[in-house]
Amino acid sequence: MSRAWILPILLLLAGAVLVAAPFVGMTNVPLSALWGQADDPTVVNILWKIRIPRVLMAFLAGSGLAISGMAFQAMFRNPLATPFTLGVSSGAALGSAVAIHLGVAFTWLGIPAVTTFAFGGAVLTIVLVYGLTRTHRGFSTASMLLAGVALSFFFSSLILFVQYLSDFTQTYRMLRWVMGGLDRVVDFRDVLTVLPFVVAGSLILLYLTHELNLITTGEHLAASRGVEVDRTKKMIFFAASLMVGAVVSICGPIGFVGLMVPHICRLLVGPNHRWLLPATWLFGGTFLTVCDAAARTVMAPIELPVGIITALLGGPFFLWLLLGRSTAGEPL
Amino acid sequence: MHEPADNAIIAVRELSIRLGGKTILDRVSFDVRSGESLAIVGPNGAGKTTLLKCLNRILVADSGRVDVAGRPLASYSRKQLARRMSYVPQADTQAVPFTVEQFVLMGRYPYLSPFSPVGRSDREAVREAMALTGTAAFADRLLGTLSGGERQKVFIAAALAQGAPIMLLDEPTTFLDYHHQDEIRELLARTAATTDRTTVSVTHDVNRAALESDRIVALRDGLVVFDGRPEEIMRPDELRRIYASPFLLVAHPDTELPMIVPRATSRGSS
Repeated sequence: MSRAWILPILLLLAGAVLVAAPFVGMTNVPLSALWGQADDPTVVNILWKIRIPRVLMAFLAGSGLAISGMAFQAMFRNPLATPFTLGVSSGAALGSAVAIHLGVAFTWLGIPAVTTFAFGGAVLTIVLVYGLTRTHRGFSTASMLLAGVALSFFFSSLILFVQYLSDFTQTYRMLRWVMGGLDRVVDFRDVLTVLPFVVAGSLILLYLTHELNLITTGEHLAASRGVEVDRTKKMIFFAASLMVGAVVSICGPIGFVGLMVPHICRLLVGPNHRWLLPATWLFGGTFLTVCDAAARTVMAPIELPVGIITALLGGPFFLWLLLGRSTAGEPL
Repeated sequence: MHEPADNAIIAVRELSIRLGGKTILDRVSFDVRSGESLAIVGPNGAGKTTLLKCLNRILVADSGRVDVAGRPLASYSRKQLARRMSYVPQADTQAVPFTVEQFVLMGRYPYLSPFSPVGRSDREAVREAMALTGTAAFADRLLGTLSGGERQKVFIAAALAQGAPIMLLDEPTTFLDYHHQDEIRELLARTAATTDRTTVSVTHDVNRAALESDRIVALRDGLVVFDGRPEEIMRPDELRRIYASPFLLVAHPDTELPMIVPRATSRGSS
């Protein structure tokens, strides 16, 4: 199939999934509920107050995580980079764990405390990683990677410490938070909270598609071709990290979307970010929406955390990719 | 302090840089004249590659100045500089996931704006660069699948597509066999003549530098220890001063220019 067809197909697929997904679930929702006509008014509420916000959130989260992963893979020239490589999700998890342990119950602008604390943790991580790696000669991606991984481990042990101090139910809530899921989305307000971050982050990365290509060929070469490398890296770092921070604060760390979707899309449309970015955006959103629909229905009435579904699909895929590459004699 | 030459396109003055606590360049001064081919030679660790990176502001020196076309290097934006100067880095083994054509096209970056598609003049420049370098034949192959010689041609094609009057090259032929060394040199000489280009290349090969350059600058421990014409460097005492080892020279059969020949080892002479 020609590559020119892939983007329109992904676009159609995304549209179809967005339209169909709100009607998938335990309660059967008729199409007429869309314009408020149903025998049972709760069905209308389920559709408009629960399902549609949740589907939109799944799509935004999937898109945001996928293009963040893509941007980090380009910036670090490392196919193993994920949206969580720099510790943003660990920072958010620590924030949520602290909020749960302290039993903070306030809501701020309608946002629950756990989310606010998680976002605080994410922002703290972003500031720390940036502050630790900035030097007078600009900032090196190698030290950024090391600082991110080190902070990630540090936060993980702090999370264990907080869990150790917590009681049984608190520890369960913390564990459940880390599994990631979209069941926390119960309102359009959540969608509106994440929307500006994902839209701004996506637009900034779209603005940088030429630069993302050049950075993939090496920073020195990119600089010699006219890229303001330091400024570009800063923009990629902040755009992607804030997007990840916002998504993770609400949905928790949903794994594998940010790692595997960019790789699948590279196989589909090639490495040029001009095509890769829109493809990754559409595929990431579609993929997470489908996984969430599966999470709601596979073991109904029990709902699975969507992170388990993405990882169950992502793990084998990733091994296949790894083995396929190594048998083809190509370095990963 | 040097007075800059009348036609200096790059003027380097008192350039110093320390990296990792070590002085890599120590008050380096020299000129590159418009249209000339300048070679930078010197022992390992003399600071040749660092100097090249300072000329292109990939590294920023601690003190001293570099003027390009009469303007301080620091006053150029990255894109402005890229339109003046292209750079062919030392062979890098890290995989680049692009095809040859995509990679050469990236040389057009200084002429592109965000969101803009690649224009006709960009396509034309890429086509021309690929035709000149003989890389059009493998335009659709991935960079990672090329041999060292093919890869080097592609890097030169990308630099040519950049359309800059100055080209910096770091060891353009060091890891190539004799056949490919000749091909790349032939290619560089041909394109330099047709585009009236100024070339600054770092090399280990003093013989080749002497045969092909208009002028040679030699570095040792970060200091400029020679700046002159090829026939002036090809003297045993001069070379000994630069490399701190004895040299054997014989006249080139075609040009009479003295060339370095390797000394026979005890096994070879017995």
